Amino acid sequence: MTGKKRVLAVLAGAAFAVFLPALALAKSIWDFPEPVTPVAHETNEVSVLFMRLVMTMYATVFAIFIYSVFAHRKSQGAKPATFTGPRTTLQWLGVLSPFALLLFIDYVVLGIPAYHAAVAMEDTKTNVEMVIKVTGSQWKWQYEYPDEGIKFVSALATTQDQIQNKAAKGANYLLEVDNPLVLPTNKKIRILLTATDVMHSWWMPSFGVKRLAVPGYLREMWVKIEKPGTYRGQCAQICGDGHAFMPIVVEALPEDKYKEWIAARKAERVAAETAAGKVMAKEDLMDKGKAVYNKVCAACHQPDGKGVPGAFPALAGSKLVNGPFLDKDGRLIKDGHLDRVMNGKPGTAMQAFKGTLSDVEIAAVVTYERNAFGNRMGDTVQPTQVKALR
Amino acid sequence: MTVAIPGVAREAGHEYPAGIVRWLTTTNHKDLGILYMSFGLIMFLVGGLFIMAVRAELLFPGLQLLSPSMYNQLFTLHALVMVFGAIMPFATGLNNYLIPMMIGAPDMALPRVNNWGFWILPLAAILLLIPFFLQFVGIGSGATGVGWVMHNTSLDLQAGIGIDFAIFAVHLLGLSSVTSAINTVVTVLNLRAPGMPLMKMPLFVWSWLITAFSLILVMPVFSAAVTMLLTDRHFGTHFFDAGAGGDPILLQHLIWFFGHPEVYIVLLPAWGLIPHVLSTFARKPIFGYKAQVYAMWAILTLGALVWGHHMLSSGMPLKAELYFMFSTMAISIPTAYLVFSWIATIWRGAMTFETPMLFALGFIAHFGMGALTGLVIPDIAGYAQYHNSYVIVSHFHYTFFGGGIFGMMAGVYYWLPKITGRMYDERLGKLHFWLTVIFFNLTFIPQWFAGQDGMPRHLVDYAPQFATANFVSSIGSFLLGAAQLILVYIVIRCARGAGPKASAQVWEGAQGLEWTLPSPPPYHTFETPPTVK
Repeated sequence: MTGKKRVLAVLAGAAFAVFLPALALAKSIWDFPEPVTPVAHETNEVSVLFMRLVMTMYATVFAIFIYSVFAHRKSQGAKPATFTGPRTTLQWLGVLSPFALLLFIDYVVLGIPAYHAAVAMEDTKTNVEMVIKVTGSQWKWQYEYPDEGIKFVSALATTQDQIQNKAAKGANYLLEVDNPLVLPTNKKIRILLTATDVMHSWWMPSFGVKRLAVPGYLREMWVKIEKPGTYRGQCAQICGDGHAFMPIVVEALPEDKYKEWIAARKAERVAAETAAGKVMAKEDLMDKGKAVYNKVCAACHQPDGKGVPGAFPALAGSKLVNGPFLDKDGRLIKDGHLDRVMNGKPGTAMQAFKGTLSDVEIAAVVTYERNAFGNRMGDTVQPTQVKALR
Repeated sequence: MTVAIPGVAREAGHEYPAGIVRWLTTTNHKDLGILYMSFGLIMFLVGGLFIMAVRAELLFPGLQLLSPSMYNQLFTLHALVMVFGAIMPFATGLNNYLIPMMIGAPDMALPRVNNWGFWILPLAAILLLIPFFLQFVGIGSGATGVGWVMHNTSLDLQAGIGIDFAIFAVHLLGLSSVTSAINTVVTVLNLRAPGMPLMKMPLFVWSWLITAFSLILVMPVFSAAVTMLLTDRHFGTHFFDAGAGGDPILLQHLIWFFGHPEVYIVLLPAWGLIPHVLSTFARKPIFGYKAQVYAMWAILTLGALVWGHHMLSSGMPLKAELYFMFSTMAISIPTAYLVFSWIATIWRGAMTFETPMLFALGFIAHFGMGALTGLVIPDIAGYAQYHNSYVIVSHFHYTFFGGGIFGMMAGVYYWLPKITGRMYDERLGKLHFWLTVIFFNLTFIPQWFAGQDGMPRHLVDYAPQFATANFVSSIGSFLLGAAQLILVYIVIRCARGAGPKASAQVWEGAQGLEWTLPSPPPYHTFETPPTVK
């Protein structure tokens, strides 16, 4: 190998040795979205440390590899050596030392911070100031504030027109919901997770948390949000056709604003309970029902009530919808329309909505279904009836 | 697929049926090897088409081509077809073709089982794919669309006939894999030529012996798990139904107990053949042979003990999470050993860069990236960001494609002249390599950064902030797919007998019994065992 070629080979190796660690050291490249909780900060630091080290290791080995590829070529007149393993003590040391170094990197340089971050992340039970329960269902999230008696469903707010490319996409396309989860800042919040149908996964990149929501089991995690703001995430576990359409939006408010929000929600609840005691006009039920339908039901049964053949039954012209729902004693008819909406159909995507919808919402949506998509039953379901049948 | 092998059918003294009957009834290891490899190649193209449809949907935000249900089916089928239809059968084909020749045996020890093992495969593929086509004539709701590990239990309860067909397909695939694994073990342990103790076997044979043990260990677990799923779905058991006292997470444990060793099942054959290629084209003996064997055993053993690192966000207890993190890190030691010995094998050699060597070197570069990112991902806290995001998609394609497929490609070009007796076009081979490298990285580097920015996987539609990464990745995947047609052209040309004749030795530096035979080798080889010096 000529002197000039050797210089070139060394330069090629050196370029990789320098270039790749430079890439590795540029912190911003490996950063996750802006961390706003202690867990997210620590996760980000550990992860960036991991990536830098790993990329440096890669660059080092790759540089040796590239040097060899350039220097040890037959066309350069290289004569093959015949060694098949280390022989002298020095060679043995040379062979073994990378492994000692790797062990040290694995279990000390990376292992200790990773251990610390894991312990901090799993510390869900100490100094908890507040509890939130999150329930995943196909394809929306339900948030519950057990201490305040507040619960609501949070579903995708992006319109079908945007998704089907019939309207321009908004700035928060697919990452916007009707009712965001509102949380106070600077409080340690324990989040309990479960699901009603299949597994979902609650992932909020800025909080550094992701956990499976498992039907029938409670999982937990914690957040302490340091900065007010709106944070966006998505379901991370394939959960059926609507997997891409169940975003998570958290609005973090300072303590006082949060208290105002809680008070307003409670007032709404009182109003809703009062309304549930009244007889509602059919038009009001229809208006309200249409809104509920489009939010809760249309994802499967389609906005036109025609369903998806083979997957989700049509409501338009359906025998069940166009049939009675109460027997002569005023009890629910099993597998009648109202029973199906309130109690669901086990083993299918049709869930029991009495857990997630209010009396008014159930009454309204059933009334709507009976009088829309060409169905002409003409009757109404009243909130008081639903309340009595729960 | 009937590939005419020049010279074979005319061989005197060995009569066998011609045409399709030959291929249906053959118990010859070379015929079956060719069948396995052809099947693998066809499935590689089918799986590629599936994912290109998926990537076409992902070119832009919004729904353009596919319904969400169709999208879910296609990415699930892509994974199942690529892993069980393409990479594993292809590796089994190389194994079938080469192992008897490498150890100086007349054939595999159980030739009839070998025939059954292969012919189960097309049936399994039909079972897997038929619900996809049935939906177009209004039967069922399509193929399985729950991801290749099929572990979102209750979802499976609603998933229609697709998942049932997939379960039966998995049963058959498992049967096929286990028969070929048992055959390999029996052959390797009993039929080695005199003078070839275990520790003198070619590394490719070693890697397959270890793969075979891994298959025998984990394939039955996979079959059992999906059988439990089947009885849950149709026969009233409640293994995975929390409402009746079962545990959905149990299914994840069972499937990942199979799923992680499966990664090594895909990679081990590649790790076995890479040293052959490197040693041949560096004209230098394999570095650290014995320790490579031990390292592969160590990876098999550790690999069976770390499945939980796929489930670090499922809410396991902290102690279990720590165990799975630290045990996973331990795998870096034997893996690093393999990488170092590959580099030590070419170090101070006299290298030339024919296509197999390029793919072997490309394998080291890309697999190294997959392996090192694999050291990052079991970080428990970081896992909350990596898991089920595009980071994972990018990572495992660096191991499966950058490792498994690059390795298989090196094997194809290395042994193609031996199998067909014809040299391929070196310029086309090199073109194939460089296009594959460029487009592979173009496809999968953007995915890492999309995932890091918060994009979950399995999304039919995504937020505009991920648009650039997805667009680049989609374009990369189309070009990557198109580049593979060069390989198809090369293989078909050689199989049809075009191109210059290959010598017995083929490569200047090649060593081993298979290179002492003419190219292509006679229908029956080593009826009297050769003596290995």
